[in-house]
Amino acid sequence: MDDAHAMTAETYAASPTPVVRRALFRRRSAIPGFGVTLGVTLTILSLIVLIPLSAVAIKAAELSPQQFLAAAFSERALAAYRLSFGAAFVAAVINGVFGLLTAWTLVRYEFPGKAVINALVDLPFALPTAVAGIALATLYAPNGWIGAHLTPLGIKAAYNPIGVTIALIFIGLPFVVRTLEPVLRDLAADVEEAAASLGASRLATILRVVLPALAPAWLTGFALAFARGIGEYGSVIFIAGNMPYKSEIAPLLIIIQLEQYEYAAAASIALVMLGFSFLMLLVINAVQAWARRFH
Amino acid sequence: MARARHPTQDPLWAKLIVITLVMVFLGLVLVLPLAAVFAEALRKGVDVALAAISTPDALASVQLTLITAAITVPFNAVFGLCAAWAIAKHEFPGKALLITLIDLPFSVSPVVAGLIYVLVFGMQGWFGERLVDHDIKIIFAVPGIVLATIFVTFPFIARELIPLMQEQGTSEEEAAVSMGASGLYTFWRVTAPNVRWGLLYGVLLCNARAMGEFGAVSVVSGHIRGLTNTMPLHVEILYNEYDFVAAFAVAALLCLLAVVTLVLKAALEIAQPAVRGRGH
Repeated sequence: MDDAHAMTAETYAASPTPVVRRALFRRRSAIPGFGVTLGVTLTILSLIVLIPLSAVAIKAAELSPQQFLAAAFSERALAAYRLSFGAAFVAAVINGVFGLLTAWTLVRYEFPGKAVINALVDLPFALPTAVAGIALATLYAPNGWIGAHLTPLGIKAAYNPIGVTIALIFIGLPFVVRTLEPVLRDLAADVEEAAASLGASRLATILRVVLPALAPAWLTGFALAFARGIGEYGSVIFIAGNMPYKSEIAPLLIIIQLEQYEYAAAASIALVMLGFSFLMLLVINAVQAWARRFH
Repeated sequence: MARARHPTQDPLWAKLIVITLVMVFLGLVLVLPLAAVFAEALRKGVDVALAAISTPDALASVQLTLITAAITVPFNAVFGLCAAWAIAKHEFPGKALLITLIDLPFSVSPVVAGLIYVLVFGMQGWFGERLVDHDIKIIFAVPGIVLATIFVTFPFIARELIPLMQEQGTSEEEAAVSMGASGLYTFWRVTAPNVRWGLLYGVLLCNARAMGEFGAVSVVSGHIRGLTNTMPLHVEILYNEYDFVAAFAVAALLCLLAVVTLVLKAALEIAQPAVRGRGH
């Protein structure tokens, strides 16, 4: 694709006559169906995504600014954001560490069973979130396989913010691994060889050459896992405990408001979460633009 | 064999520590939950588990899940093909924005995805009264479930096809068109064979999510047993009623779906390396 662009640019520069330009323009649109496919794309996108999403803002706008602030930033809502954001952040950090180790293992090492591990990493994408939720709740409940070993240590891992974090670790892992993997694979071995031949130790090579090159992809994976964790519902509610002010996540609060027919209040909380989603999209795009400058 | 380690390889002890750490972590996070589902489902024997998935309510939930996926996947496939054709085979301003907008449902919480359709089609929504007048039910009915599922799986196939078709360029299509082939003919005979594996890959992921979606569907379904319960919602109801064996039996069915998806995906990645590494 880049070659085609470069060629077009060169041809433009070499022959500035309008005749050639017209010919080029015609060549570019030689493939039919542009109007129809773009029309269908924009229509479906508007009907399914854009217009329904705008309903959140329009519904929230029915409230006065004071009412909106009271609904979107009530004590209970603030506690829910703190939990959703905090647990998603901690889970993304843990996934940042173990996701990097997993990607490193999958790309750099050969060992029996690697193909199974590789397929398994995508399990959180393929497994319905509700199934993950009840499985994790059962494992980490005080009488569960894992919970039973934690209880004597005085650790309670289910029905509290720790449980929320555990569910979000499950959900976020593949985002970090799958974002890092291709970058790690494409990382030219000669850079590492150069560092090693200049006398850098293996650890210094990894810390000073490999990890900085991975930073943009690592940040992208981290941001994807974080953003997904904030909105996650199915895998969390079974293990969360769902106590107001303590273990109630923001998406659950939206559902509770809906069940009480507080549509505008539900839309207000949703608007805050949507605003954050847009922000994360911008951050991720900016990180990727930054990463492209390196290559 | 020389004993000396190549300078870009990690020492054996480091390798062993990292692999062990990764195995323990993945075992705790991924393998144990999967194992727990089957163990809990079979706690009282195979017969009890089979009985739990053959109750009328369970069968109705399987049927609704299949119907939902059968509408969602082709819809998103047609959308994905249209979007990829327009974006990958033509130049126009605002392309990057369009791609971002198509990806948007991935960054929206599933609960918000359900909420937006309640705000549009619910009793208090934009079209609520008109729908009641015409006796059309969308929210707390099957159309709402399908709409919410389409929303959350919206980008899956498109984002698989767009980069694939961009990489393949336009020269083959241009050649076909210049020799007099129509647009549709060019699509079927030139483009479709080139993108079929990418399409299948997207369909696979879209289908897994469509059958497993919980949050968005939970908001619009109304949880009417035998009518608007999909399999994940049926799991939730059984679990909340402390009918754990039945809940995990239905969950085990969904696990099998996930495992089959992962196996097919891995097979596709080995057979068609070109489709690998896209998506998500």
